[in-house]
Amino acid sequence: MSGTTGAAPTARRDPFGGGPSDPQGTRKTGRLGDRLFGGAARGAGLLVIAIVVLVGVFLLSRAVPALLDNRANFLTSTEWSVGGESQRFGIATMLWVTVASSVVAMVIAVPLGVSVALFITQYAPTWLARPAAGLVQLLAAVPSIVFGIWGAYVVGPYFEPVQNLLNSVLGWTPLFSDTTVSGSSTILFAGVVLAIMVLPIVTAMSGEIFAQTPTTHREGALALGATKWEMIRTTVLPFGKPGVISAAMLGLGRALGETVAVMIILSALADGTAWSWSLLNGGETFASKIANGAPEFTTPLQTGAYIAAGLVLFVLTFVVNAIARVVINRRKAFTE
Amino acid sequence: MTIVDTGMDTAVQETRDGSARRRLTSGLGPKAAGRRVRDELARVVMWLAFLVALVPLVWILGSVLVKGGHMLFESTWFTHSQRNITSSDVGGGAIHAIQGTLIQGAATALMAVPIGVFTAIYLVEYGRGALARAVSFMVDILTGVPSIVAALFIYAVWVTTFGFQRVGFAVALSLVLLMVPVVVRSTEEMLKLVPNELREASYALGVPKWKTIARIVIPTAFSGIVTGVLLGLARIMGETAPLLILGPYTKNIATNLFSGNMATLPTMINQDRVEALQPALDRVWGAALTLILLILLLNVVGRIIARFGAVRT
Repeated sequence: MSGTTGAAPTARRDPFGGGPSDPQGTRKTGRLGDRLFGGAARGAGLLVIAIVVLVGVFLLSRAVPALLDNRANFLTSTEWSVGGESQRFGIATMLWVTVASSVVAMVIAVPLGVSVALFITQYAPTWLARPAAGLVQLLAAVPSIVFGIWGAYVVGPYFEPVQNLLNSVLGWTPLFSDTTVSGSSTILFAGVVLAIMVLPIVTAMSGEIFAQTPTTHREGALALGATKWEMIRTTVLPFGKPGVISAAMLGLGRALGETVAVMIILSALADGTAWSWSLLNGGETFASKIANGAPEFTTPLQTGAYIAAGLVLFVLTFVVNAIARVVINRRKAFTE
Repeated sequence: MTIVDTGMDTAVQETRDGSARRRLTSGLGPKAAGRRVRDELARVVMWLAFLVALVPLVWILGSVLVKGGHMLFESTWFTHSQRNITSSDVGGGAIHAIQGTLIQGAATALMAVPIGVFTAIYLVEYGRGALARAVSFMVDILTGVPSIVAALFIYAVWVTTFGFQRVGFAVALSLVLLMVPVVVRSTEEMLKLVPNELREASYALGVPKWKTIARIVIPTAFSGIVTGVLLGLARIMGETAPLLILGPYTKNIATNLFSGNMATLPTMINQDRVEALQPALDRVWGAALTLILLILLLNVVGRIIARFGAVRT
């Protein structure tokens, strides 16, 4: 055994060769093995904390010099000219494109995902429920670059007529007004593909909560004469609401940070293109801007501009994910 | 309509077929038409939602199979690289990219699995109080870190601060950030399933805590941990964003993680996706299919292990 001097007297005192008297408190015996193993476990936990802190610190330390050197307003400027003597860059366009495409994705994915989750947990025949859930999760196994090339080169041509229709019917609203972008490389279409990508997350998380609805609630509703739909509306949905909210938030976090699919689908606009609120416009999200800009990572200041954009994305997803966790944890505290 | 009659009506509807429902309802008065219509409508909407969700899946798999399926049967696909092959040439294979993806995946797993498993052990077996809550929260945050941010972080450390080159190892480092939370969460779930009686029995025999964990708890949960690792690998192997920033493509076979460019399946797709020439496009879809199959294989093996090696409680 790896008993050290600290552990040996304990063993001698015990005539039956047993360990210390309290089973949970072995940590205090000072056995070398326990100290090493416990230390490694604690160290791994601390490492995880350190990594997240370091991500923030490093991004910040690289972004600050570029931000101080910036000649334009970082938050409100729509310019992006980096490199050279005086850098001018701002995130206004990226923020709009990122948020707009993600919101489009959520508007499609949340109702659809919740319906699919209700189908799997409430409506599907028993033999179908498991395979159905598995099929939806198969979507999560498709890499984002495959979503990108599939969206841009396979689905895009079919989506163009839909956009033209929206433009001709709703063209008077700012959201669907005319733009210079042709084809399907628009914010709207990027949002549609993002919706498909986050669908498995939304479905899995809300389904998990729906399945936990207490049988007594459901049977109670049925016994009071509710139809199946009324039962779902009055018991399953209220019970699952926090789960749906956090599923939506996690999906949103994923959509905000999605890089490659968006990069392939969206057509970047030339610098200085006039501002437009139209969803039929092109543009770049934080993530796709950074990925597109990777060849430009030459000087520290130039890289710093992109890292500043990455920092904003990090903060954005951090906040969204934190909200999701708070919502779900509060529910846990409530039900236990 | 009273509460009693509709109550019986629906209870029977739940368990028997339509004829039984009609017989009972006729005796107790009909259900309001509006409610029945809404109920049926909801049922139809849910079925439709499921079918709509299947459309993209079938469409993606279908188009990848149709466009890339024949590439996998080319004699050189799994044996040759793209060395000296231009976009207009037919031929060559994807072995350089497959190999690169596997090497980087293995390097990532080598780093991420110990960190992830030990963090999970800390959370389940040791962690109490504020520190454990902080670790758990940070794992959640790490789950949500976009891959591009993980890549930027490693770029800021590896290239900007230390001045190293963009190599395979840097890619693996950024993938570690994405894999650790998956391994932690799945291992944690599995360790929680191990019955406390096993631990108590071990303590009662005088076995130290670390040995109890290493010899009793982990072996009991082993298959679940393996599943988590495989699912984590499946997640990171399809990641492209870190590769765009940290892992330049090459047409040649490269096995050195610490110097030179290394090809991977995602960068192979990205390299030629804008090509107009058919031979190059065929290879793009072939690489896409190979990548999907690789990830599916990891998923399937993971789930099989999960099913047949479940913790016996």
